[in-house]
Amino acid sequence: MDYRAGELKGGIKLRATVMDIYRLLPKTNCGKCGEASCMAFATKLNEKEVEPIQCTQMAEKEREKVEDAIAPAVREVVIGTGDKAITIGGDEVMYRYELTFYNPTALVIEVSDDLSEEEFDAKVKTIENIEFERTGELLKLSAIAVRNKSGDVEKFAKATEKVKNSKLPLVLCSFNPDAMKAALEIVGDQRPLIYGATEYNLENMADLALEYKCPITLFVPHDLEKMKELSYNLRSEGINDIVLDPGTYVREGTGDTLDEFIMIRRLAVEKGDPDFRFPIMGVPAVHWIYESGLGTMVDKGIREAVTAAKLMNSYADILIMHGTEIWELIPVLTLRQGLYTDPRKPQAVDPGLYTFGELDENTPVLLTTNFSLTFYTVEGDLKSGDANCYLLVLDTDGRAVDVSVAGNQFTGKAVADLIKESGIEDKVSHRKLIIPGLGAPVSGDIEDESGWEVAVGPRDSSQAPDYLNKIKEEAK
Amino acid sequence: MDQMSQLLKLLEKTDSIEINEFRMDFDELELQIMPAVQRAMRKSKELQEKTILEASKFVPPLETYPGKVEEVQLGHGKRKSVYLGGQTALYRFEEPQPNPPVVTFDVFDIPMPGLPRPIREHFDDVMEHPGDWAKKAVKDFGANMVTIHLIGTGPKVMDKTPRQAAQDIEEVLQAVDVPLVIGGSGDPKKDPIILEAAAQAAEDERCLLASANLDLDYKRVAKAAVDYNHAVLSWAITDVNMQKVLNRYLMKEGLTQNDIVMDPTTCALGYGIEFSIDVITRTRLGALKGDTELQMPMSSGTTNAWGSREAWMKNDAWGPTEYRGPIWETITGLTMMLCGVDIFMMLHPTSVKILTEIGNTFTQEYLSTELTDLSEWITELEN
Ligand code: SF4
Repeated sequence: MDYRAGELKGGIKLRATVMDIYRLLPKTNCGKCGEASCMAFATKLNEKEVEPIQCTQMAEKEREKVEDAIAPAVREVVIGTGDKAITIGGDEVMYRYELTFYNPTALVIEVSDDLSEEEFDAKVKTIENIEFERTGELLKLSAIAVRNKSGDVEKFAKATEKVKNSKLPLVLCSFNPDAMKAALEIVGDQRPLIYGATEYNLENMADLALEYKCPITLFVPHDLEKMKELSYNLRSEGINDIVLDPGTYVREGTGDTLDEFIMIRRLAVEKGDPDFRFPIMGVPAVHWIYESGLGTMVDKGIREAVTAAKLMNSYADILIMHGTEIWELIPVLTLRQGLYTDPRKPQAVDPGLYTFGELDENTPVLLTTNFSLTFYTVEGDLKSGDANCYLLVLDTDGRAVDVSVAGNQFTGKAVADLIKESGIEDKVSHRKLIIPGLGAPVSGDIEDESGWEVAVGPRDSSQAPDYLNKIKEEAK
Repeated sequence: MDQMSQLLKLLEKTDSIEINEFRMDFDELELQIMPAVQRAMRKSKELQEKTILEASKFVPPLETYPGKVEEVQLGHGKRKSVYLGGQTALYRFEEPQPNPPVVTFDVFDIPMPGLPRPIREHFDDVMEHPGDWAKKAVKDFGANMVTIHLIGTGPKVMDKTPRQAAQDIEEVLQAVDVPLVIGGSGDPKKDPIILEAAAQAAEDERCLLASANLDLDYKRVAKAAVDYNHAVLSWAITDVNMQKVLNRYLMKEGLTQNDIVMDPTTCALGYGIEFSIDVITRTRLGALKGDTELQMPMSSGTTNAWGSREAWMKNDAWGPTEYRGPIWETITGLTMMLCGVDIFMMLHPTSVKILTEIGNTFTQEYLSTELTDLSEWITELEN
């Protein structure tokens, strides 16, 4: 059963079908694109595997039509150039399970132009260097925002100069067109994101976006009607790389902000409203506004992380944050990693026998499931702990240990079969299996089915190497 | 500051004002009013001469839904009542939900040496007695509800008897006047027996029996709920079809939509939370679309978050666990809340506080809350 939103609403189908795209192609089947036919090319266009430009038989006008037809519901906006370019937006659906979400939310940290030289440099360095490794992937921040706290044109230009050679792309935050111009004179060729145009400076900021060919953020707090109007105005001037910031209200204002984020995205995806088909920006940094300055730095950090998570769950494509504490950023980076995994790809690794370190007939044998998150976590721990062991990976259709115990994929019979099929009985002389702590409920079952002795290991594999050392000591 | 902005907004449209009985301290004027006045003046100066083009009319994207989520009452008689569910729309701007999300504090029938330190810190003095523990959760931390986990009944834990379990339930019922969730030890053979004894001890109090699932004698759990007037937690493992089957079975045993709360399984942040997001979203959409087998409120075992190493493991490179743990639990719960979950089983007071605060906005109308002025955040943000 499938509860696709489109079906539920009986609403507008925005995405072009393969047939829609095919109709726009030359239909000569010349093969110059490397595909056997125009139909094959149309299929690949639909899957985003090829670009329209690869069909050499279309004039510019025709190609634009194709590009239009395959454009995502939310426009992709590029910030930065070359190696340091990032893309935001590009989403097609309201719910992840319907397809996948594209382009992970950009996590940006702001630096004030009012900091002392040392503080400024230190914060920039921290932002550039923050990284967190999780299940084999290195998670990092996306960009730096220079913030015109001083309100001073010169100071803003000076601060911008200092991040000119940063390895991260830039967001420039000022409502003063003179300050923005001064900064763009320095980094305008790097495609920074301009923040921001408001109803009070729209014309001047729009001119700068056009002059420097930069994407621009529209900041219209808590007024979607006005946002639509201003977005339309920017578009009328030929500006298409727009980011929408409806304001980030927190605490009792949370509900209104969630409503506005969701409305913008629904207008884009389900209603096809061209004024809203742009990436959305959230600013969790607002927890640091002095007027709401209740609570400690820690309290603000916790709340900022929670607000970031809240908005990321509600379609934010780019977030500007203030705090650089690692404990605050790890959960946000982790959520991003999860939300943007592709649900169409199996979350499983190949079951079977894996080996770590030096092996002999006394080497201990561990067991885990083939859920990729579980597997990569265990693998990382065994490697970093320099463990010597065999690891049996049970096929649980990509389910975690506790889930597969409850769901009956992790059973005595399944483990016994794996032991037989893997050939581990020819490789070790002992018959002792170490299972994860969460697998304890089936330990007796495994012993009955396989004839192996079962030891229940730690619940968390970070303790596996210690556990292995301990049994080694005991054996001596 | 807010009132000041409003006042200035009023003034923007006024040519002259008369002030009666005006009195103001000059320090205050300089400190607080000047930036606001400057701001207002700058704005009016900057208002563009060019006329702004008119876009097509803004229409809020509202939908109508053929189905609705049924309401489940917990707590009955002299006990306070809590209502779950009742949503007729997916989002607040379409129709605010009638009942705010509810948090239930985890309490255990044994001292639980394995609880993470940031939690033990708050409950160390009361862990010997589940009644005291529950009382502290309600009195000091404002719990709407309490979950009493009868972990000690586990054959490998303390193997407490059904009679002892019933005594623990009586102790907690006496100690607090909020509704209870009653959980077993997770032993599929013993749980139905324990839940039955607990249900009897709490007759007519409308507790939530946790849980019925396809791996145990769910009929016995359902019957205990019907006989002694309780609701049942219907637990499926991230599988919408399994959930439907179980709900159907439970309804065959005499339970109605108003007696069932679903637990579609909460995978913690970083440990498959995206699977829970998908399943819970599909479940709620199914309910609103009219699928009667899914039209019940949902529950989240948010406490699962504490199993994540990022929440509890000491590691200097990750910062102190006293912050990581609560954030991990809050974000896990919050993510579920944004997918439509109605009740959260949680452990840490800070997580509960933040989650409740956000959840309480779910019953308010869009545009009914007074908001702070963000228009100058670029300069107003602290360094
Ligand atoms: S190059 Fe263009 S015209 Fe030729 S087969 Fe490919 S799509 Fe068709």
